[in-house]
Amino acid sequence: MPPNDVAELAAPTSVVHKPLPHDSARLHVQGSAAYVDDIREPDGTLHVAIGMADRACGVLTSLDLSEVRAAPGVVAVLTAADIPGKNDIAPVFADEPLLADTEVMFHGQSVFAVVARNRDQARRAARLAKIDIDEQPPSVTVADALKTGARVQDDYAFARGDAKAAIDAAAHRLEGQFSIGGQEHFYLEGQASLAIPGEGDEMTVHASSQDPTETQHIVARVLGVPDAFVTVETRRMGGGFGGKESQACTWAALAALAARITGHPCKVRLDRDDDFILTGKRHDFRADWRVGYDDRGVVAGYDVMLNARCGCSADLSPGVVDRAMFHAGNGYWLPHASIGSQRLKTNTVSNTAFRGFGGPQGMIAIERAMDAIARERGLDPLDVRKANLLRTGFEQTPYGQTVEDFETQAAIIEDLEATSDYRARRKRIAAFNATSPIIKRGIALTPVMFGISFTLIPLNQAGALVHVYSDGSIHLNHGGTEMGQGLFTKVAQIVAEEFGVPLHFVRITATNTAKVPNASPTAASSGTDLNGMAAKIAAGAIKQRMAAFLAEHWGVPVEAVEFRDGFAFAGNHSMKFDALAKACRVARVQLSHAGHYKTPEIHWDRAKAQGRPFFYFAYGAACSEVAIDTLTGEMRVLRSDLLHDVGASINPAIDIGQVEGAFIQGVGWLTTEELVYDAKGRLTTHAPATYKIPVASDAPPIFNTRLHNRANPTPSIYRSKAVGEPPLMLAISVYSAILDAVHATNPKGPPKLEAPCTPESILNAIQSLNGAA
Amino acid sequence: MNLQTKPVEPRHALRFQFRGREVALERFSPRRTVLDWLREDERATGTKEGCAEGDCGACTVVLARLRGGRLTYEAVNACILLLGQLDGMELITVEDLADGDTLHPVQQAMVDHHGSQCGFCTPGIVMSLFAAYHSGAPATTASLCDQLAGNLCRCTGYRPILTAGLATCNGAPNDRFAATAEQRADALGALADEADLFVGDESQFFAAPASLDSLAALYERFPDATLVAGATDVGLWITKQLRDLKRVIGLGRVAGLDAIVNKPEAPLSLGAGVTLLEGSPLLRAIHPDLGEVMRRFGSVQVRVSGTVGGNIANGSPIGDLAPALMALGGSVVLRKGAATRKLRLEDFFIAYGKQDRAPGEFVLAVEAPRLAERQQYRAFKVSKRFDEDISAVMMAVRLDLEGRRVAAAQIAFGGMAATPKRAASAEKALIGASLDDPASWRAACAALSSDFTPLSDQRASAGYRMAVAANLVERALIEIAGASAPTRIGDLHAAE
Repeated sequence: MPPNDVAELAAPTSVVHKPLPHDSARLHVQGSAAYVDDIREPDGTLHVAIGMADRACGVLTSLDLSEVRAAPGVVAVLTAADIPGKNDIAPVFADEPLLADTEVMFHGQSVFAVVARNRDQARRAARLAKIDIDEQPPSVTVADALKTGARVQDDYAFARGDAKAAIDAAAHRLEGQFSIGGQEHFYLEGQASLAIPGEGDEMTVHASSQDPTETQHIVARVLGVPDAFVTVETRRMGGGFGGKESQACTWAALAALAARITGHPCKVRLDRDDDFILTGKRHDFRADWRVGYDDRGVVAGYDVMLNARCGCSADLSPGVVDRAMFHAGNGYWLPHASIGSQRLKTNTVSNTAFRGFGGPQGMIAIERAMDAIARERGLDPLDVRKANLLRTGFEQTPYGQTVEDFETQAAIIEDLEATSDYRARRKRIAAFNATSPIIKRGIALTPVMFGISFTLIPLNQAGALVHVYSDGSIHLNHGGTEMGQGLFTKVAQIVAEEFGVPLHFVRITATNTAKVPNASPTAASSGTDLNGMAAKIAAGAIKQRMAAFLAEHWGVPVEAVEFRDGFAFAGNHSMKFDALAKACRVARVQLSHAGHYKTPEIHWDRAKAQGRPFFYFAYGAACSEVAIDTLTGEMRVLRSDLLHDVGASINPAIDIGQVEGAFIQGVGWLTTEELVYDAKGRLTTHAPATYKIPVASDAPPIFNTRLHNRANPTPSIYRSKAVGEPPLMLAISVYSAILDAVHATNPKGPPKLEAPCTPESILNAIQSLNGAA
Repeated sequence: MNLQTKPVEPRHALRFQFRGREVALERFSPRRTVLDWLREDERATGTKEGCAEGDCGACTVVLARLRGGRLTYEAVNACILLLGQLDGMELITVEDLADGDTLHPVQQAMVDHHGSQCGFCTPGIVMSLFAAYHSGAPATTASLCDQLAGNLCRCTGYRPILTAGLATCNGAPNDRFAATAEQRADALGALADEADLFVGDESQFFAAPASLDSLAALYERFPDATLVAGATDVGLWITKQLRDLKRVIGLGRVAGLDAIVNKPEAPLSLGAGVTLLEGSPLLRAIHPDLGEVMRRFGSVQVRVSGTVGGNIANGSPIGDLAPALMALGGSVVLRKGAATRKLRLEDFFIAYGKQDRAPGEFVLAVEAPRLAERQQYRAFKVSKRFDEDISAVMMAVRLDLEGRRVAAAQIAFGGMAATPKRAASAEKALIGASLDDPASWRAACAALSSDFTPLSDQRASAGYRMAVAANLVERALIEIAGASAPTRIGDLHAAE
């Protein structure tokens, strides 16, 4: 089914589809939006600091905390022995403790916690411990892990046809190994939780968490109390990006443990350096790939092994690496494909969710192969990409899902190729490079096709709670969390639209496990798709009851009742929404509803590697131009043109912000953001002084972003498409453009360019070419 | 009759303006930061802690102060600014900008252009834009990128923030602060005095002497005290190393420490207290590359606070100013008690963490010679990120030319050794080289390997540092010889 214009599939709206500001924008700019550390502390609040292991691997032989206990202001010192419930914070496999008991799994691992009168006292005391560890040599890198053979989960692969035979039989073959770096989330607000003990076993936790439900479960597990005794609330996060999904639970559990033991409210707020050391990151990968293709660069077979460095425990790696595999083909038709994965265990902090959730690593590997094919064939990489896209008759992904609106990606590429002036610029760049020995330019246009849904099917559900009060004001609550992505604004737009009232009627409230239970994490770009639907269902149910009341009151058929402009209408009748709410209350009409939504049609049998894991796909393309300095490897992005598919956007202003922000974050991942571990397994880039995320001057001086604003053919909420993660992968265009510029230094050799493309990585690539020439 | 003026009695209370009132503090820890004072003591939580090391800018506040009688607005990082450093200033935070329900123009523009997402960096961004709004000049994209280099945003990709800045920072401030400038300047004027500030006792104090003589006397008496100019490094000793600094001498009030002697025929002399921002245009006038090195030096928040003297006295192997000035033939002037002495910069740096500075001795000034007509100069900074990053390699070179031949060379590097260091072998090998014969440069580039044995660390590998060091010397020679093709990536970027 081809994409349609917004008008054909989407009804006219007055609040939805409008570029409204973020609901908290006015608070943000005044510093009055409260984050966990801004909540006024209850009287007697204590502060928790972490005691960390100074070895990456070994056995804890003794722990002398006497000086810690004696330090000024210290109220309590907590170890694994103090945990009343289970010493287990793992989301999936029960393989990671809150506080190390015997085994030390990574450098910096939490061994004990200090609770003190103030934060400074707690931090100082935490450094006074004597921790003895019987040290063993750590396994740190992908290569180390391949040597030890350690895994956090069994290897997994799926295939179509016989990739090996197809590659061997192909006219041309290439292979390579490609290292893809990890990434620190660097949410501006570090991890923070405030736990307030209630009566009996009750515990309330204010957490900066993308997953209050999982946080609730883990707090309850650590405290050894039923879930119902624990309430977790999250109003907003100062950024999440996946780093506050499983990772937020740890600090909530620790704050709750301290609160349980001391009986005081307790707060954990990690120092930035500690946050770097203690929390997981995007997985670094090594992709070992092999491809066979014909004279035109059309792929006959693709074989890739995705070696993912998962760190010391499974955490969310099972899903991350699966998603890398799902995206190993991007939007290309691969007649024969073999997609393998190894989930490597190392003595480093456990890697975790990060915007894209493995998708970017799987995708960039095949984009790297497309570039390699083009160089070898002497073709424009864009032509090779276009020749391999999913197309009529060839509409299936390597895991067998039929892609229903695959034409969208071709349309986006054609549009961007024209509007970015790709062909003419490529010629101009070639002319520039011919006379410029030191500075070289490069350009690339790369596509993105990203699957939308949690690949763990049970997570594809959401709840929402809507109340209409008798003055007509509307209380909105749902299981999604706000981390800056504008979810609360979008869901409020949906509810206002449903009731036909202006947006300011809707009061957005903090995510709270006591209001909406059993929620899924706000992740997988699915926040609006799931919670928006649940809220629409909840609001719709109340509206239906109000309409039924009016139908009887006015003596009209219920279907004649309409809600718009702050009124209900039917024929010549009308009633203001506030009066209607009051009348409904008087007439004893229920004005509250808990809505629930589950994504239809999706299923996935992992053992058989069959099914339809994704409800639909989101597409995009980017064209980037860069310049490199061949003397130093320094690089600047000169221009980027982005075109991204958001379906019928619920809020185009918010969606543009997501696209631009994800792109720049992706550019950081692939260029300046380098995680360096030393041989002892210590992270040496643990602060912004050494770990460099993009700054304002890293945004391209020419930066054009457009939305491909056409209705989603799949019946999603208001025919929109999810937007959180997919545009991050638009940054692959920058990687490919750098490769193009490196190639210009020596068109003969095969450039070997590892990510991130730091100046050193780029200079190495240039030097490797000259060695090869 | 004794005509000598009576010494002014020291003052024992810190005084500054905050929210329309004068704050006077007689007791505070010398290591208390402005951010902790705001968030913990004042419970003013609008200002955020993002990193506590002056890199992310979430804690940006603005200091209004009188400089040369003019009211200036400077963005600084509250996380590494010591409370005592506020003496005589007005502290402005994000909560102060709106006028009742009416947002400040930069706040309104941030809302209108969707400049906030998660909102956590936003207070700092707003304060940096507020400083730009009051800078007295209309903003450009380039000036805003500079102004915001010390404000990390992880959500937006910066485009809407730059748009908001361009829409409002037009060089003609028209806000409540502009309207009350006169009375606020008067209030600051009333705080200015010539008394030494001394809060605490001999065991633990924050002192801010008002004169060079007072500073010299105090530091001789307490040679173990920590001198703090901008606190852009000392701040981290407190927030990250948790050093329990007991005796702190702030240099911000010392009259004469910020003296600038700028006469055409003499070397430029910058008092140790001259900020990196103030020194920047003066150094740019010596050579544009020096200006560019200064522009990429930290961030505005760091350059506003950090000083020329601090960057030298600190002795860091990766400070950019030392190699840049060493190649010029710069020197440092030290004072202890009443005695001063001058030494060449290269002689000041003895070993890692060790400088030729006696107990109680402090850096008084730094001198930068001007270039003669037959002299050519280049300085290049290489870092992982272009702006707000510490150099992997920093190189500066001065060539004395006789026609097209090199008569003498001074080449200095940062990031290549335990101290900023001259490349003696390479300098020697370059003598006699011809600008017209690139083959004659090779010996110098090769000689660098006998001058340096760099380290591998998180910024770069030893191999990369050596390769780039040679390539930077080559680039300087290519440029000085006269290149037709572009040699600088930054020029291309700026041209877009």
